[in-house]
Amino acid sequence: MSNVFLLLAMHEARLLCRRPAELANPLVFFAIVIALFPLAVGPETQLLQGISPGLLWVAALLAVLLSLDGLFRGDFEDGSLEQWIVSGYPLPLLVLAKVLAHWLFSGLALVLLAPLLGLMLGLPASALPVLVLSLMLGTPVLSLLGAVGAALTVGLKRGGLLLALLILPLYVPVLILGSGALQAALQGLPATGHLLWLASLAALAVTLAPFAIAAGLTIGVGE
Amino acid sequence: MTMSWTWLHKLGSPKWFYEISGRWLSWLAWAAALLIGIGIAWGLAFAPADYQQGNSFRIIYIHVPAAFLAQSIYVMLAVAGVVGLVWKMKLADVALQQAAPIGAWMCFVALLTGAIWGKPTWGAWWVWDARLTSMLILLFLYFGIIALGQAIGNRDSAAKACAVLAIVGVVNIPIIKYSVEWWNTLHQTATFKLTEKPAMPVEMWLPLLVLVIGFYCFFAVVLLLRMRLEVLKRESRSAWARTEVAALVERRS
Repeated sequence: MSNVFLLLAMHEARLLCRRPAELANPLVFFAIVIALFPLAVGPETQLLQGISPGLLWVAALLAVLLSLDGLFRGDFEDGSLEQWIVSGYPLPLLVLAKVLAHWLFSGLALVLLAPLLGLMLGLPASALPVLVLSLMLGTPVLSLLGAVGAALTVGLKRGGLLLALLILPLYVPVLILGSGALQAALQGLPATGHLLWLASLAALAVTLAPFAIAAGLTIGVGE
Repeated sequence: MTMSWTWLHKLGSPKWFYEISGRWLSWLAWAAALLIGIGIAWGLAFAPADYQQGNSFRIIYIHVPAAFLAQSIYVMLAVAGVVGLVWKMKLADVALQQAAPIGAWMCFVALLTGAIWGKPTWGAWWVWDARLTSMLILLFLYFGIIALGQAIGNRDSAAKACAVLAIVGVVNIPIIKYSVEWWNTLHQTATFKLTEKPAMPVEMWLPLLVLVIGFYCFFAVVLLLRMRLEVLKRESRSAWARTEVAALVERRS
C-alpha cells in the first residue's frame, strides 16, 4: 500500500519536473502581486512593514489557488483518474500522494521564495523564521482544501473562477492564523499559539480532506 | 430491522412527498402568517423601547430570525447532503438545491438589517465585527454552493457535488467562526456587542421567539413550494405528475 503511495508520488514529481514552466508560474505570480502593492500604496517602509503580513499571506493564498486550477484535469482527460478508481487501491490515499507531490513542488517553492519578498517589504530578519514556519504549516492546508475544489470542478470546462468562489471562503481561518502569527512576530510577541493552531489545522486537513477530494473525483468521473 | 427504514424510503418517493406536503402546506402557511403577524405587531408596536438604543433596536425582530435561519439552513444543507449521499435519496438532493437560495437570501437580509442597525448604533454602515464578518463569509459559502449546482450540467452529479461541498463547508464553519472571533478580539477591543448588553426583559424577547418560530414556518412553506415545483419538473414524464399538472391548469382556468 505505502509502495503505491510512494510510486505515485514519485511519478507525479517526475511529471511536474518535466514542465518547469508550469511550476514557475505561481511563483512569478506571487512575486508580481507583492511587487504591485508598493506601487499601489506607496513605498513608505513603515506602511509596507505594517501591512506585509496580510500582503504576503493573501498573495501566497492566491498563488496556491492559481496553481491548483488544473490539478486533476490532465488525469481526468487522459483517463488516469478512472484507472485510479478501478485499481482497487483506496482513492483517498492516491489523491493524498498526488497533492503531496504537488505541494512539494509548488507550495514548498512558495515557502522558500517568501522570505526574500518579506525582506523586500521591510520585514525584520527576526520575523522571517515565523513567516517560513507559518507558510510551511499553512500551505499544505491551502493545497488540500483547494484540491477539494479542483476535484469538484474537474469535469467543467472553465472551472478556474468557480474554484476561487468555492474555496476562498474556506481559506479564511488559515489566512487569519498565518497573518496573525506574522503580526505577532512583528510586534515582538510569541507566535507559538498561532503556529500550533496552524499545525492542528494541517493535521485536520491531511486526515479529512483526502476523503472529500476522493468523493469529488468519483462524482466527476461518474458523470 | 428492515421494516424500521420503510418510512424513509416512503418519504423518498416523489409522489408520496407531493401528496403529503400538499396537506402540510396550508397548515404551515397559516402558522407562518399568524406567528409573523403577531410577532411583528408585538415587537414593533408593543414591546418597550430600549433604554440605550431607543426604537432602533426593533430591527432585531427581523435581523435575529433571519440570522438564525441563515445558519441553520446551511446545517440543513449538509444534513440533506449526507442523506442524499448515503441513502441515495433523490428528495434530499432536491431539498439541498432548493434550500440554498433561501439560505442565501436570509443571509442577505441579516446583513442588510445589520447594516441598517449599525448606522445609528455604531455610526457606520459596515463595521468589521466578528458576527457581521462571519455572516458575510457564510453568504459567500452559499454563493459557492449555488454556483457549483448551476455549473454542473448533469443533475445527479450536481447534487452530489453540492452535497460534498456542503459537508466540507459545515466542517469548516465552526473553525471559520472561531477564527474570525479570535481575529476580532485581536484587532478591535471595544465594540458594542449584543451579547454584552444586559439580558433582555421578557417583553422584549418573547416577540422575538414568536418571530423566530414564524420564520422557520415561513422557510418550511417556501422550501416545500420550491421542492414541489422541482419534483413536478423532474417527474414530468410520469403519469401522476401529468394528472397533477392537468388538474392545476384546470383549477386556474
